[in-house]
Amino acid sequence: MTTYYTKDHEWIRVDGDTGTVGITNYAAGQLGDVVYVELPETGAKFARGDDFAVVESVKAASDVYAPVSGSVLEVNTALTEAPEKVNEAAQGDAWFVRVRLTDAGELSGLMDEAAYAAFCEGL
Amino acid sequence: MRYLPLTPEDRASMLATIGAKSADDFYTDVPKAARLKAKIAGLPDHQGELAVERHMTKLAAKNRSASSGPFFVGAGAYKHHVPATVDMIIQRSEFLTTYTPYQPEIAQGTLQTLFEFQTQVAALTAMDVANASMYDGSTACAEAAVMAARVTKRKKVILSGGLHPHYAAATRLLCEAQGLTVVQLPVAIDGEGELAKSVDGETACVIGQSPNVFGTVTDLTSVAKSAHDKGALLVSVFTEAVSLGLVTPPGEMGADIAAGEGQSIGNGLNFGGPYVGLFACKEKLVRQMPGRLCGETVDADGKRGFVLTLSTREQHIRRDKATSNICTNSGLCALAFTSHMTLLGGKGLKQLAELNHEAACELADTLGALKGVEVLTPRFFNEFAIRTPVDAEAVLAMLDEAGVVGGVRASRLFPKDHLGDVILVAATECTTTEDIAAYAAALKEII
Amino acid sequence: MGMNTQGRPTAPASASGATFETVSGSRGLLQREDLLFEIGTPETTGVDLPKPKGTKNRLGGVKRKVDTGLAGLSEPQAVRHYMRLSQKNYAIDLGLFPLGSCTMKHNPRLNEKMARLPGFADIHPLQPQATVQGALELIDELATWLKTLTGMPSVAMSPKAGAHGELCGMLAIRQALIARGEGDTRKRVLVPESAHGTNPATAVQCGFIVDEIKADKRGRVDMEDLKSKLARTDDIAGIMLTNPNTCGLFETDIKNIADLIHTAGGYFYCDGANFNAIVGRVRPGDLGVDAMHINLHKTFSTPHGGGGPGSGPTVFSQALAPYAPVPFVTKDEDGLFRLVEHVDGEASESFGRMVAFHGQMGMFVRALTYMLSHGADGLKQVAEDAVLNANYVQARLKHVMTPAFDGFCMHEALFSDAFTADGIETIDIAKALIDEGYHPMTMYFPLVVHGAMLIEPTETESKAELDRFCDALESIARRAAQGDETLKGAPYLAPARRLDETRAARKPVLKWTAPLPEQIAAE
Repeated sequence: MTTYYTKDHEWIRVDGDTGTVGITNYAAGQLGDVVYVELPETGAKFARGDDFAVVESVKAASDVYAPVSGSVLEVNTALTEAPEKVNEAAQGDAWFVRVRLTDAGELSGLMDEAAYAAFCEGL
Repeated sequence: MRYLPLTPEDRASMLATIGAKSADDFYTDVPKAARLKAKIAGLPDHQGELAVERHMTKLAAKNRSASSGPFFVGAGAYKHHVPATVDMIIQRSEFLTTYTPYQPEIAQGTLQTLFEFQTQVAALTAMDVANASMYDGSTACAEAAVMAARVTKRKKVILSGGLHPHYAAATRLLCEAQGLTVVQLPVAIDGEGELAKSVDGETACVIGQSPNVFGTVTDLTSVAKSAHDKGALLVSVFTEAVSLGLVTPPGEMGADIAAGEGQSIGNGLNFGGPYVGLFACKEKLVRQMPGRLCGETVDADGKRGFVLTLSTREQHIRRDKATSNICTNSGLCALAFTSHMTLLGGKGLKQLAELNHEAACELADTLGALKGVEVLTPRFFNEFAIRTPVDAEAVLAMLDEAGVVGGVRASRLFPKDHLGDVILVAATECTTTEDIAAYAAALKEII
Repeated sequence: MGMNTQGRPTAPASASGATFETVSGSRGLLQREDLLFEIGTPETTGVDLPKPKGTKNRLGGVKRKVDTGLAGLSEPQAVRHYMRLSQKNYAIDLGLFPLGSCTMKHNPRLNEKMARLPGFADIHPLQPQATVQGALELIDELATWLKTLTGMPSVAMSPKAGAHGELCGMLAIRQALIARGEGDTRKRVLVPESAHGTNPATAVQCGFIVDEIKADKRGRVDMEDLKSKLARTDDIAGIMLTNPNTCGLFETDIKNIADLIHTAGGYFYCDGANFNAIVGRVRPGDLGVDAMHINLHKTFSTPHGGGGPGSGPTVFSQALAPYAPVPFVTKDEDGLFRLVEHVDGEASESFGRMVAFHGQMGMFVRALTYMLSHGADGLKQVAEDAVLNANYVQARLKHVMTPAFDGFCMHEALFSDAFTADGIETIDIAKALIDEGYHPMTMYFPLVVHGAMLIEPTETESKAELDRFCDALESIARRAAQGDETLKGAPYLAPARRLDETRAARKPVLKWTAPLPEQIAAE
């Protein structure tokens, strides 16, 4: 399994033609206390770059963009009940969705862990 | 100029501190052609209290107030008694002259009353949650329709033939601007049930009203069921909040959203505004709700307190993705509502509703007994429609001469629906047996 | 001597130790007050109603099954409930309320008195028009004032609030485009990034697409960016621009902007939220504006009421006037006033009806009372004093705080948080103002200025009040610059400390719920 990152601070951990998507620890730290996560429905399809979820803190709402094109296999409903998980384990338990990738070739446009760390350093 | 505390000496010394010669220096960014040298022409100069009061009193004297004689007008606004205490409370400076409670540490008074208001509206409508109020009933209805479209991701809204036509118009306007399709069922005195037949798999919501604009009360339970079977929502509308003390409320009929007018509780007629829109929904829809919400929390010392919450739905954060552009509630009217509701209590509200209903029954019996007058509304709370053998406009004009304000001609609300001989009539706890007798006597003379 | 020992010592003893808890939960004048549901019962009532006769009902079985169960209070309890709660509110009648872009000015009591005349307060919107000629005349008179003050030929009176006025203006633009046959093609509305959130939200509500324009270094519309957005013109519906803008500055290029938009085939919507700065001195009609709402609750002193009701009459240029909403008041040749209520005849091009009835009459009475009190001469002085007061605040504080832009401001002074030490934020300064007895300024708005603090004193503050406020804010600013950590805990002296908004949003509790029996037993 390999994890890839976007410049918009999403991550995707890929296993074959499926991937798990979430937002990065860096993003979770920047957002402040997360109070709500709006997730798509299972079966929803989206293209790379589409907004597919919304993360809300008390005074801000941020769209979450799809790192790759795909369809939603599973949604982490635990986040609806316990949005604070995003602050606690953004890159662990607080994943957003599992997706089936439409085109694994899109992954080549993303960053690996080292590149993303360097990218965040520069912000 | 009694509202301006600066003296000429103050102004001079302040200009010196600022480093400006005169106020003109502050307006140099204004295009030259648009800078007015003198005061605007065509308007009078300032006047003292006495002169202003004289002018306003003269205008007021040209209107006939509802309390000055027998009065039977309803159709969306109702003449009720407002306790003196309510007006005293809403004139407290701390409520009257404060802003939206964005700084909760110094706005717990407003916030706690809003929390109590929300609790009362939820109980009154028998819904899970209510917001901190809308502009009025008609805009609440329109917002309910577009909310239903957001929730269901569908684009068709169906309006009953008994929905108040002003509500229907406001709803159609907002829906069509957003690309939704609005289906208006034919005007009908007792047609709310028709909604059940018209709902289909593309319908976002059906909007029914009980009591409707003709006063008809309807149990919308079967409409709710039909809507839910097709994946649509039921929006249940009311214009007479007092009715909910006695009549089946939206929540007991399975409504998903309740939207209505709260003027009847605590608020005067005011020629149509300001009023207070009531808006409530099922718990699971709360994040799609428009308008302000007040929620409970604790402060840094662990003490209970209240804040505006879930504001990420709102325009100041979501901007172009907000649930609504709404930026205010009807704060002071909501305070009037909640304080009147507090004075009534649950039992008092029910009693008030019973008094309203009995007055209307007496009125219907009395008018219906006149030869040629037909009561058209089959089941009602405190208003109903009558048909007279003479044109309604003429009847009302003649009643007016007899000192009776006899109702609203239906053709004023429905100009194209051939209702020229129909009058909408309302009675409340303010209506006396003498008022009813005066109406009957005058009407008998006319027909 | 005859020694009377009844004389009590009047000098206070040691003043320390004021932090103890009281048994009652009240603290001196600040009374504890629980929720009404915790003190009342559904059987209690504060009104004496006659007993219903028990006649047969005509509800046809459509009867409520479960009573509301809502608690009531007797009249003395109710009065105390609301009085005690009122003491936890700040208000303009209590002190300076410098909330930028909100125009918290004095609310004259004559307005309230006039609005309560039975001839205005106790008339029904649908009673025969012959019985409400004075009300229609009042609306017409207020409309004349608004048209004259703005230099615009037409006004829609029915919008219920500022944002509703925006909706009115944008719906008129939509209708005008439909009438031109361009309703489907002209969808793009330009909105400066400094705009209030209602502007983009309104545009979207009307089916438009929002295209943001940047602000320049002077806090005005970036003309280069505007021109680039107008490279294509066939999809332009219009622009929504606040003037004076949300940075408290007059848009110097406003006439030019209007011309560019008109040349592109679009309309100019002006957000009139800040009209108080220019009332009586500048007419928006001379600036090329096509539509503008006026907040009667700002410029014309109707009370804010803790968040409404507002009122947002919207003025229109000749180009948009035919599309204005119904109803409106017209005067017939016989001298009688008449309401035009339907999209028909003289209103056949109207975009429709926005709301039940005719608008916020209660606010109309107050606003006209205020206008008559001030007159044309007084309103000009209103604008000048409002701008003078704001510039005075800016001048007094610019040495300790960081003005967001150079030069004079209009009716509000805008500062950034550049002067604060690391770790001290705008919110800390705002909350510290509460301890000094002031309502905070608007914070974090407009978005184009970092840690924005927007101060609008209005014309109804005396110089002495302004000096006292500036002394307090100056001292807080110095502490912020030095990194005084105690600011982070402010307010200390308010009825409540900082509230946990995260908790409120994560697990929303939006109404009171009766405690379960076991919870009661446990207490």
